[in-house]
Amino acid sequence: MAAVRTSSEVALNRIAIVAVLVATLIFLAPIYWIASTAFKPKELAVSVPPTVLFQPEVTPFIRLFTKRVQMQKTVDPQVYEAAPWWEKRIYDGGERVLKVGKDVQLSQYPDRFMNSLIVAIVSTVLAVGMGTFTAYGFSRFKIAGEADLLFFILSTRMLPPVVVAIPMFLMYRMVGLNDSHIGLIILYIAFNLSFSVWLMKGFMDEIPKEYEEAALVDGYTRMQAFFKIVLPEAATGIAATAVFCFITAWNEYAFALIMTNRRAQTAPPFIPSQIGSGLPDWTTIAAGTFLFLLPVAIFTFLLRNHLLRGVTFGAIRK
Amino acid sequence: MAHIELKNVTKKFGSHTALTGLNLDIADGEFFVLLGETGAGKTTTLRLIAGLEKPTEGQVFIDGVDVADWGAAERDVALVLQQYSLYPRYTVRENLEFPLKPKIRRLPDAEIKDRVARAARTLRIEHLLDRKTDRLSGGEMQRVSIGRAIVRKPRVFLMDEPLSALDAKLREALRTELKNLQMQLGATFLFVTHDQIEAMSMGDKVGVLNHGRIVQTGTPHEIYNNPRDTYVASFVGSPPMNLIDGRLVENRAVMANFELPLSGGAARTGGATDGRPLVFGIRPEDVYLESGAPVEARVHDVENHGVEKIVTLRVGDAMLRATVPARTAVEIEQPVRFAWNSDKMVMFDKGSGVSLRHTG
Repeated sequence: MAAVRTSSEVALNRIAIVAVLVATLIFLAPIYWIASTAFKPKELAVSVPPTVLFQPEVTPFIRLFTKRVQMQKTVDPQVYEAAPWWEKRIYDGGERVLKVGKDVQLSQYPDRFMNSLIVAIVSTVLAVGMGTFTAYGFSRFKIAGEADLLFFILSTRMLPPVVVAIPMFLMYRMVGLNDSHIGLIILYIAFNLSFSVWLMKGFMDEIPKEYEEAALVDGYTRMQAFFKIVLPEAATGIAATAVFCFITAWNEYAFALIMTNRRAQTAPPFIPSQIGSGLPDWTTIAAGTFLFLLPVAIFTFLLRNHLLRGVTFGAIRK
Repeated sequence: MAHIELKNVTKKFGSHTALTGLNLDIADGEFFVLLGETGAGKTTTLRLIAGLEKPTEGQVFIDGVDVADWGAAERDVALVLQQYSLYPRYTVRENLEFPLKPKIRRLPDAEIKDRVARAARTLRIEHLLDRKTDRLSGGEMQRVSIGRAIVRKPRVFLMDEPLSALDAKLREALRTELKNLQMQLGATFLFVTHDQIEAMSMGDKVGVLNHGRIVQTGTPHEIYNNPRDTYVASFVGSPPMNLIDGRLVENRAVMANFELPLSGGAARTGGATDGRPLVFGIRPEDVYLESGAPVEARVHDVENHGVEKIVTLRVGDAMLRATVPARTAVEIEQPVRFAWNSDKMVMFDKGSGVSLRHTG
């Protein structure tokens, strides 16, 4: 009997491994596609059938970070020889890098990328911070109409956010918040806060209130007890919530597209805007997208242990 | 060290009343045990004294001062809980130092070091000081917990079932240790438990709590031998006191299935008038088996406890337990004769359940 069960268990285990592998491949396929396109020579990007083996090059990244114009005639061989290696790649493509005097003119991509970082980080920190305090309040104090209030907070997530995009746009224009970092940050906080409150409430409930009470009796104020005892215990929850909030803010496209156009524009609406007219430069777009994936991937990777425990909700206690 | 007094304290949680008109007086340096079943309001009483709850009505005094407006931090009490009282991310040393470091009564570093060392020595946890608390056994954790209370030299120690989560052997060992510690420190202890053996063996005084009311306060001896009502009689003692309905007829205790003569002492108890419906209470150890005894019964059950046997006797449909020496040979369904020491018998009013000795 035991042998039979063991072999069927082994079989099940194998099936599970295969399923995980298949799922992983499916999820990784678009990422592979983006990554490989980002390193392809321009003419191979749209080849049919797709090229799998090629000599990778960083030219798309050079194009991504520089302002260029199409050249009417071929480049002077002397100028070409004097140019640094990366500029030669641009000349090879029949373009030249725009310069003011000796300084290379950068494209808008670094600015947009920085905008994304500012908006995502600030909105995540604030949404998680406010969510943590709010959740603590809901978890520890008797609040009149607590369930209703929590439901009300959640109800902000009950319609697709795009529904309010037009009124939001009009209001933002009226108060001068459109195309500003602070405008987007407020929007993303509003969007993430309900999620953050609910998730953190679950984590706070898991932390025995005896810890703080012991600290209170030991002579600490509630605030001190919160920072010394509760916050370190909630670290896992905070990390998990932060990852989710960061991903949402980082990837948000619709509002960023509507609310920003220059100064505060984030990377998601910027990258496709580079498709432009005529023949789209897929490799440059792929390079931009590839770089854009990195922060969120790194952030998630660093917090992956917390994240795993976070999504399984409350493995804080032994 | 402090004197604790609760005056007429009522505590309600919404529609649920946890404590009703509670009066409690704990003398300075006393080991007071609050005994009651789960949900009797023991923990609520502790939390009221600690300042973690506010009374709905009534007052709490510490050393004669009404502490209504004092927060938990200002009351200078120490609390030991059944579990979860250690800070999980800290080492044992950090846990012991934590109560000495709040802003309102931060001690100098040398003093902190000294006190931690002394507490660790007292509780024999010196070898654990640098260990994280999640790597401790239950007994070690509870020692550290107690250590966290004693480093403070608080005015009063509040202990909420600190031994309940431990296994029997450890519980017994720590019980003695705690009692010794209290005598060493000369501190006021309020110890909450549902375990009547703990209460009896540790308390200078015991308060029995039932449904949010103090039923009886007294020394363990008083509580055991002279219970105020049938609740205390049946709650304290293992096995509990035998309680049998009956009435008094001409100096005899007459019950449904048997009767026994009363000796002078019991007969003279005030209010013990003929015919009044009563409940007769007798401790199992005051019931004895003897060949010449007046009542015949059958052995219903025998529990062997090593030094003694607990024999359940059956008379008609009445059951009665007797504690007899282990060497007494009894077999199930064997006919035996028994009597009891009627000087030790307690008579309770049938209606109110209150002992006649207490109503007078």
